Amino acid sequence: MGKLFTRDTQAIFWNNNKTAIQRMLDYDYTIKREKPSVAAIVAPTSGNKFEKFFWGGNEIMIPLYKSTTEAKAAQPQADVLLNFASFRTAYDVTMEALNIGGFKTIMITAEGIPERLARGMNAYARELNVTVIGPATVGAIVPGAFKIANIGGTIENIINSKLHREGSCGLVTRSGGLFNELSNIIAINADGIAEGVAIGGDRFVGSVFIDNLLRMEKNPDVKYMILLGEVGGTEEYKVIEAVKSGKITKPIIAWCIGTIAKYYDSGVQFGHAGASANGEMETAEYKNKAMAEAGIHVPATFNDLPATIMEVYDDLKSKGIIGEIKEPEINTIPKVRRPKNFICTISDDRGEEATYAGFPISSVATPDTGKGIGDVISLLWFKKQYPKWATDFIETVIKTVADHGPAVSGAHNAKVTARAGKSVVESLVTGLLTIGPRFGGAIDGAAKYFKYADDSNMTPAEFLGYMKKQGVPIPGIGHRIKSLKNPDLRVTGLMKYAAEHFPSHSLLDYAKTVEALTTSKKENLILNVDGTIGILMVDMWRALGYSEEEINEFIESGTLNSFFIVGRSIGFIGHVLDEKRLAMPMYRHPMDDILYDVQKAEKL
Amino acid sequence: MAQKAIREYDAKSILAKHWNKYFPDFSYAYETVLVTLGAELLEAAKAKPWLKEKSLVVKPDMLFGKRGKNNLVLFKDQKPGDVTLEKAAAWIDEKTKEEQSVYFSFDGDTPTGEPKIDRLTHFIVEPFTPHDQSEEYYISATVVGDEDVLYLSAEGGMEVEEGWDEKVTELAFSITATEEEIVQKVKENIPADVKPEDKENFAKFAIGFFKAYRELNFAYLEINPFVMQGTKIELLDMVAKLDDTAGFMMVEEWGDIEYPTAFGMEAKSPEVEAIEEADAKTGASLKLTLLKPEARIWTMVAGGGASVVYADTIADFAGIEDLANYGEYSGGPTTGETKFYAETLLDLMTREKDPQGRDKILIIGGAIANFTDVAKTFTGIIQAFEEYADKMKDVGIKIYVRRGGPNYEKGLKDIKEAADRLGLSIEVYGPETHVTDIVRMALEK
Repeated sequence: MGKLFTRDTQAIFWNNNKTAIQRMLDYDYTIKREKPSVAAIVAPTSGNKFEKFFWGGNEIMIPLYKSTTEAKAAQPQADVLLNFASFRTAYDVTMEALNIGGFKTIMITAEGIPERLARGMNAYARELNVTVIGPATVGAIVPGAFKIANIGGTIENIINSKLHREGSCGLVTRSGGLFNELSNIIAINADGIAEGVAIGGDRFVGSVFIDNLLRMEKNPDVKYMILLGEVGGTEEYKVIEAVKSGKITKPIIAWCIGTIAKYYDSGVQFGHAGASANGEMETAEYKNKAMAEAGIHVPATFNDLPATIMEVYDDLKSKGIIGEIKEPEINTIPKVRRPKNFICTISDDRGEEATYAGFPISSVATPDTGKGIGDVISLLWFKKQYPKWATDFIETVIKTVADHGPAVSGAHNAKVTARAGKSVVESLVTGLLTIGPRFGGAIDGAAKYFKYADDSNMTPAEFLGYMKKQGVPIPGIGHRIKSLKNPDLRVTGLMKYAAEHFPSHSLLDYAKTVEALTTSKKENLILNVDGTIGILMVDMWRALGYSEEEINEFIESGTLNSFFIVGRSIGFIGHVLDEKRLAMPMYRHPMDDILYDVQKAEKL
Repeated sequence: MAQKAIREYDAKSILAKHWNKYFPDFSYAYETVLVTLGAELLEAAKAKPWLKEKSLVVKPDMLFGKRGKNNLVLFKDQKPGDVTLEKAAAWIDEKTKEEQSVYFSFDGDTPTGEPKIDRLTHFIVEPFTPHDQSEEYYISATVVGDEDVLYLSAEGGMEVEEGWDEKVTELAFSITATEEEIVQKVKENIPADVKPEDKENFAKFAIGFFKAYRELNFAYLEINPFVMQGTKIELLDMVAKLDDTAGFMMVEEWGDIEYPTAFGMEAKSPEVEAIEEADAKTGASLKLTLLKPEARIWTMVAGGGASVVYADTIADFAGIEDLANYGEYSGGPTTGETKFYAETLLDLMTREKDPQGRDKILIIGGAIANFTDVAKTFTGIIQAFEEYADKMKDVGIKIYVRRGGPNYEKGLKDIKEAADRLGLSIEVYGPETHVTDIVRMALEK
């Protein structure tokens, strides 16, 4: 209760600010957090899906998203937004996050957001009970739990200033640089801080001194508070009121900087935009005096602040209000760290036994495991355990596409190469190299176009018209000899399997309506085996709960063709071994099978 | 600073530009020109015939008020309302010829306090508008605390300023106030003394005014007085400040706006201007104010908060008589930017010796940086030392350094070595020393 952050708090970091994020992760590692404090990064213009960061000496990946909406949907547990957008966009980013909801705290770093926008944003956040830290701030920290971006500086300084573990002071400042300084002073003269916030230097900031002090009053880890104010504004008077009315009972030490301002006219702007006195009440001197009169501990000068802190701390300690702190064990960040060149997220050979997506090979290999090749594919290709109906389907596909006789271009190539005396792998590869848009590629194409048509709610007639406009024959439609009357039994089998075992098959249903139209034009314009496989793969993924975007990515990255490649390799190898077994001689194509039409080259 | 004063002429121009949006039921002639010389006014009259046809009023437009009491409003030659174009041009030339004394406070009609002395450079020229005192009204709006406050009065001019508490209606609105709420509250609170026949129009005008104030990102907007003759409006005198942080989204709305230096403010030195120029070009922050260039304590402090603390502490220990400058660099300036900043300071500091023959003191201070690389910024300072070492020794400068943050050990070591090599007097401290304690050390010696 009353704590700003815990050891489980996670943030969405808006803007891929690598240095600041690395600082957070170094902090996490040092204090032995289990999970990184940054769950996601929003990088609207990046094409990447993740960014690598060090986690101690190792590396981890933090996912990148294009928008806050996407990031929040993927990482709903992250309830802090670290808004590192520029002053031009910081308002929009904050408002968007407030409208998405689910954020408890939003920190805004930009300086100089238009005042009217800042006020509107702060008021809206207050209405929604969201704590805004900033704008124009370096952030906040709950030592030993969660640290925002650059606050506290380097890891060495953090440890020197005891910001790696909980102390007993609640610290609130305007200035970010002095926040660090105060943390250091508190570490030297007392036992460090329990929670600290730099509220920001702009004139209109979200959470003000009193908001933070009232929260700290309720936080049992905070035993006393330090407030570092500035010339300008009247926020300190709210604190005085709270002390006088008994809302705040814990001791407060306070100082307002800018006592020099009284010597100069308003033309000299000291420090932050918020630091400008309108009238005597807003001067640092007047505020210091008023706070002292209210019973707040106010030193004679800033230079005497350390002594005041030590005095209050010693007093609380002697009364037993503050106990001894046990220094926690910490991890040490290695001095030299090297980024890894390769990343592997599917298998791992570092342990006793190599694993497929976390499963030891022995647990999926032998028949008694009940696992087949479909399971291995689901682990290594998709990093998921697919249900049996899906792994069976994958195996069915692989078996179905294993071979289609010696005459198709890939098999022919493999045979010719084998007869040239080349090895199995060389011959296989020449066969595989023919796989593409014309050979085997209909699986990809069918999935892509039928899905597009279905997603866009095209009627079959509209779809045909669209494909005609594109100048592309519909992939997956048409067979050399098969027709409705003379069906392709492979297709019949696949469809029967889907009907019996797929939880749903909406794309196949759509494809059948298209087939009804094409076959009405010409008998053999049936849904062929490539088309059926591509379409059913989409149905499989849909039924497994993948989003349309994820399925589109599978299609884009050539996953569908991969099933064809694996399956057909079985056939190609068969043809190559066949040639070897038959010891067939070098193949030369008969000349009478070639149309020679060679003209003498013209001189230019 | 976010809130910046603009000229009366610009304030009127902004309202005129958006007049039909905010005041569709009213007319405003927008007959106003801004000139710096008499000849310019005569030239302007070629395009704006009203300058020749109407009798004129001329006032300086330089961000100060009480122009009438300072005798700086031209509205009569022999009798009120007889100022011709030629007379106006001649008056402008006469007033710009030599420096003028302007008082900012008056007790009745008697000036109090010291006047500011400066040259008049900008004048606003408008038609003389004959009207009845009862047609004058007052309106203004600004931010107070977290709220916008609209001030309305049935009396304009001096009277409202002198009888503020009795004569002004104050209406406070939160930032989230809806248009309906504003309309209702204004309609219900029209000052009782507004003439009955003007009441409806007054409300309409006030609603439009407040809307313009909010939507056009004014930080302060005052018309004192405006004249309402049915639906015809004259803006006799205006004061305005803009929230300049909104500038990037108000490019179209504000047009080409200038933030002039107030009358009587010392002209910025070329050094300060150079720093401002450098500041505008970088994402980091470079600030410099010269307080008393002949004084002996100079500060080169990193960070907005820390720089204030150092200034406070110097004032506490030595008083402000010895403090030459205020400034700060922060936000991770490059080595080159820091070098330029340091050179500018060292150049100013080494121009004269201390009249009493004492050593000068240079405080290179700063808190523990969050992300600024101390070694990198100190490299810039060291490069400036190398340029100015001879002059520094000549004048006699004791340097005190205190800093923490990323790479501070290297930064402190480098600056100490460089100063020793160059034969400069230096003491160097890190985060174990209290941030402002070097001020005490420097001044106790």
